[in-house]
Amino acid sequence: MAKSGTFSNLHDWLISEDFTSARQARLHTVYLGWLSLVANPLAFAGFAVVLLLVIVAAFAPMIAIHDPFAQDFAMALQAPSAAHWFGTDEFGRDVFSRLIYGARTTLYITILVTVIVAPIGFVIGATAGYLGGWVDVVLMRITDIFLSFPSLVLALAFSAALGPGIENAVIAIALTVWPPIARLARAETLTFRNADFVIAAELQGAGTGRILLRHIVPLCAPSIIVRLTLNMSSIILTAAGLGFLGLGAQPPMAEWGAMAASGRQYLLDAWWLTTVPGIAILTVSLAFNLLGDGLRDIMDPRNG
Amino acid sequence: MSIIQTSEPSAPRKSALPKAAGKVATSFVVILTTLLGLMMITFTVGRMVPADPVIAVIGDQADQATYDRVYKEMGLDRPIYVQFAGYLSDVVRLDFGQSIITKQPVSTDLARVFPATIELATLATIIGAGLGIPLGVIAAVRKGTWVDHVARVVGLLGYSTPIFWLGTIVILVFYAHLGAIPPGGRIYLYDEGIVQARTNFILIDAALGGHWDVFRSALHHIIAPAVILGYASMAYLSRMTRSFMLEQMRQEYILTARAKGLGQRPIVWRHAFRNIRVQLLTVIALAYCGLLDGTVLIETVFAWPGLGSYLTSALFFADMNAVLGSVLLIGIISIAINLLSDIVYRFIDPRTR
Repeated sequence: MAKSGTFSNLHDWLISEDFTSARQARLHTVYLGWLSLVANPLAFAGFAVVLLLVIVAAFAPMIAIHDPFAQDFAMALQAPSAAHWFGTDEFGRDVFSRLIYGARTTLYITILVTVIVAPIGFVIGATAGYLGGWVDVVLMRITDIFLSFPSLVLALAFSAALGPGIENAVIAIALTVWPPIARLARAETLTFRNADFVIAAELQGAGTGRILLRHIVPLCAPSIIVRLTLNMSSIILTAAGLGFLGLGAQPPMAEWGAMAASGRQYLLDAWWLTTVPGIAILTVSLAFNLLGDGLRDIMDPRNG
Repeated sequence: MSIIQTSEPSAPRKSALPKAAGKVATSFVVILTTLLGLMMITFTVGRMVPADPVIAVIGDQADQATYDRVYKEMGLDRPIYVQFAGYLSDVVRLDFGQSIITKQPVSTDLARVFPATIELATLATIIGAGLGIPLGVIAAVRKGTWVDHVARVVGLLGYSTPIFWLGTIVILVFYAHLGAIPPGGRIYLYDEGIVQARTNFILIDAALGGHWDVFRSALHHIIAPAVILGYASMAYLSRMTRSFMLEQMRQEYILTARAKGLGQRPIVWRHAFRNIRVQLLTVIALAYCGLLDGTVLIETVFAWPGLGSYLTSALFFADMNAVLGSVLLIGIISIAINLLSDIVYRFIDPRTR
């Protein structure tokens, strides 16, 4: 165990349970979580792929060797080669470069939906659980109505009404993703609703907003984060499905679902057009599932 | 609730049924509000469409007077709740308007395409449950062994695979390279029109008429999409079965059965599995609803002439009456399936009474 001096010191400081500050205690928890994530090979693989996705999306212009939008009909439908690792599409565009830029689209949709859905789902669920009574009944009734639709069908209906486009796809997907979050937030809130610390805060005169934000949010956060991570997988699949049906990102934007769809016309001559983006969708979606599973073991063992 | 309070506590056998009936009545109220909410959503979606519905009827060449007249005729000048009430009464009379593509009432179209989807989804559920439940049971019984790991990977892959892509790859491999399956559709063209349509389920119609060649043709066509959809629901069902079984295997009655000297097989199937059957029923119902999502994509890939293909082609041509009719139908089926599983659950599981 010949660790370098500073890292070994840092490790000791993080692992020690004789906390000297609140910051050390918090970092200690994070570090222990990190250690158990690393110890779980599947979850770590998921984490690595998600990290790779973020890096690829961030540095897309540097990684892509060709312009993803440059058309060159002389080079159309070229098989994978040293110049074009994943071949070219029907417009002669480099599939590898489009795949790299597609990571941006995927990440953009996933993050945007999650950022929209997390607060909405939490506020609706926690308010219903905390206030109870008719507020609970009405809010949960609305949630159940949205839950009763198969999610892709609901997203299809909304994107049909809003028209094609990536922002509209985000709105349509967000409308289908918030109900399970609200249900979870409500269930979590109910378990803390009558806890002594909540009643103590109420007796001190804290308002509903303060109790929800300062006392309920920190306790619900782990299970909601786990659910959001698992949800990212289904967001990616729904977005790809919308793209496949021509309702998501519009050409010439690179989107994996739309890439797979347009490759279908050349399926017999150019298998790579459909295969490559599909594998990308599968890999990223699987990674979020593995990461979410691993995070659940670490952060939310109750619901495992 | 009043039924429950007036029933005698000393006669639990007699009160069991009215109490269950009371619960069913409550869930009917829940269903009604859900249906109302569903229609509110489809109504809102219909009004969100940027295209002017009047122009869609009269075309953009008509003069202002015609526009105003049609505007009034369509009831667009009336308050929104009156319009919604009109929409409700239309829907209740199964009037979803006319489809732009087929020039027929949407309800007629839906009646034509719907059996194909039910046929596909039902076969897929049978495949998914037939494979997923035993896999989940074995994974739970042999927790931590390679069987469990394989089941886990199969499940996670099922959750993560884009189903439209899998369908395309299956066509590429099994149709284009192996020639083992047809590229799509429901039966071969030359088998068209032989079978008398009685139920519109082609497998059943062919079997009833004794046309076994058509039956084989239909089976040949349905197998690939059904297996792919079945795989998706297998992933979900095996995972749920595993967690239900693990919960049962921890119970003390299993320990008792072991102490009595009962073998592994009867413990697993006659004791533990018996207790999860009711839970499984609910999960299968949920999986069936989930399949309705999958059929939209897989029908498009396999040119399966069902509700999903109808919906996607309607989307493509911005045929909103057809889109909303299909969406409403899918929503209603989901609610109906969940209600059905709820009722069955309440009646066959003594613990819920």
